[in-house]
Amino acid sequence: MPLELSARDRAMLDGDAGEGPRIAMRIVASMAEVLDADHLIDVASAHVDGCLYQGQASLDFAERLARAGARVSIPTTLNVGGVDLLHPGLYRGDPDRAARSRRLMGLYEGMGCRPTWTCAPYQLPDRPSFGQHVAWAESNAIVFANSVLGARTDRYGDFIDICAAITGRAPAAGLHLDANRAGGILFRLSSVPGRLLSEDILYPLLGHLIGAESGSLIPVIDGLPPTTTEDQLKALGAAAASSGSVGLFHAVGVTPEAGSLEQAFAGRVPRREVTVTPALMAEIRDGLSTTTGRIDAVSVGTPHFSLDEFGALTPLIERTAINPEVDFYVSTSRAILAEVERMGWMSAYRRAGIQIVTDTCTYIAPILSPSTRVVMTNSGKWAYYAPGNIGVEVVLGSLAECVRSAAEGRVWRDDALWRG
Amino acid sequence: MDSGEVEGRTLAAGSATGRVLRLDEPLSLWGGMDPATGRIIDRRHPQAGQSLAGRVVVMPAGRGSSSSSSVLAEAIRAGTAPAALVLREADPILALGALVASELYDRRMPVVVIDERAHAAIRAGDEVVVRAGPRGASVRGPRGSATPRG
Repeated sequence: MPLELSARDRAMLDGDAGEGPRIAMRIVASMAEVLDADHLIDVASAHVDGCLYQGQASLDFAERLARAGARVSIPTTLNVGGVDLLHPGLYRGDPDRAARSRRLMGLYEGMGCRPTWTCAPYQLPDRPSFGQHVAWAESNAIVFANSVLGARTDRYGDFIDICAAITGRAPAAGLHLDANRAGGILFRLSSVPGRLLSEDILYPLLGHLIGAESGSLIPVIDGLPPTTTEDQLKALGAAAASSGSVGLFHAVGVTPEAGSLEQAFAGRVPRREVTVTPALMAEIRDGLSTTTGRIDAVSVGTPHFSLDEFGALTPLIERTAINPEVDFYVSTSRAILAEVERMGWMSAYRRAGIQIVTDTCTYIAPILSPSTRVVMTNSGKWAYYAPGNIGVEVVLGSLAECVRSAAEGRVWRDDALWRG
Repeated sequence: MDSGEVEGRTLAAGSATGRVLRLDEPLSLWGGMDPATGRIIDRRHPQAGQSLAGRVVVMPAGRGSSSSSSVLAEAIRAGTAPAALVLREADPILALGALVASELYDRRMPVVVIDERAHAAIRAGDEVVVRAGPRGASVRGPRGSATPRG
């Protein structure tokens, strides 16, 4: 089907709105052709991931847009950058790379994006509403927007994100369309006991399985309790978008497009079914953990720690003394950090010697001490990427297991959790 | 097709010749490939440690992070990118990386999609020619080989 552009789209393409929109529209229109879209749609907001420095190409692209005078035309949030601007002393890497990261972050801010510096824009006020079309990048944010909020975004990445923000347009394709949002593969949780279902650690494990098994099918989960929290769904989606390409999942009775199994599958029969068992979950936990024994550090907050997660961690660290040999990091956004300060919780973190990281993440920026070899995390996404990105061994465990292990200096497991 | 040539769809235009590297699983370039060297750094990937640089990389699909566009564009700039990508499923994230690199650096790395049977028939190590233009793409294997059989 040929792509049909509106008069306004064509004017942008012809440069009537200036050089910035011309470049941006050319890229949006090319992507529409790749995606077989027959027209473009308006998007209400954008979340831009291109502000994370990946090399000279990141800077060259942003500089070309900025030089052309490009400005965003819709509300646009920014993903993490390569440095923690609030705590610059945490950066242990090449100062030249830090300077380039900073410069890139400045270029995106200069184009009118909000300096939110978070991979969890859904924790900020003014999040997208049900059914609203948006152009979000960052795989975990995409899956959260589609699945938990019921907003509509395709799997946008670097470059197209800022082009959608500049033009306010995106291809009518992928997860924007009803036809592509119906379930295809069913994950049954009937064999998972209630206690494990209520534990946060189940969710990244389940997400990892779903990502690995779903391929291009939309996963549907049957059996999550209606009390499932947004943070649990965040962890699930982030893990599923790391081990696979999941941009949308449905959880029957939990997420907004899955009031029933029939609704989630749009009346069709699942192409595949997977039965989830506690043994399978423990196997994934062990598969994501590359070592056992002594740990050097704990890192939580991937995706960025929410206020509720701080609410859960604060009492744990108040009653457990962290081993001084173990570095403990919590990654979050500057917006959530401001809330934590307002709640008066920061003193507990300072007392415990816990380092809060904002604007970036511990597996993206060189923040961990060079002597760090083994890191424990409660994040499936962190466990998935950190060994390749920063060359550490990882152990995956629940938040409580992370804190107790940080106290003991070695991996501590709550075995009762895993007995099925 | 008995000429050893299969037709496919162009996601990003260009033409290239190179030896085939088959990836058994989808790879996320971000967190999966080091753009400074072209090597696969995802330790869980079956082809971990191999270099994608200059190869015609035949893989089922892209995967994972939306930053893979930047990693691909950077690899193309740095000369560590594959010669071409041959996919079974369209991947806009990879297409975009190639598209932006052609805008910025005028270097064209073809990204093409071919059907499952032809995709499966491409043999590792064979030298193939990938051509991708606005009207369609082709992957041509060495004369007399089974790669690829359309």
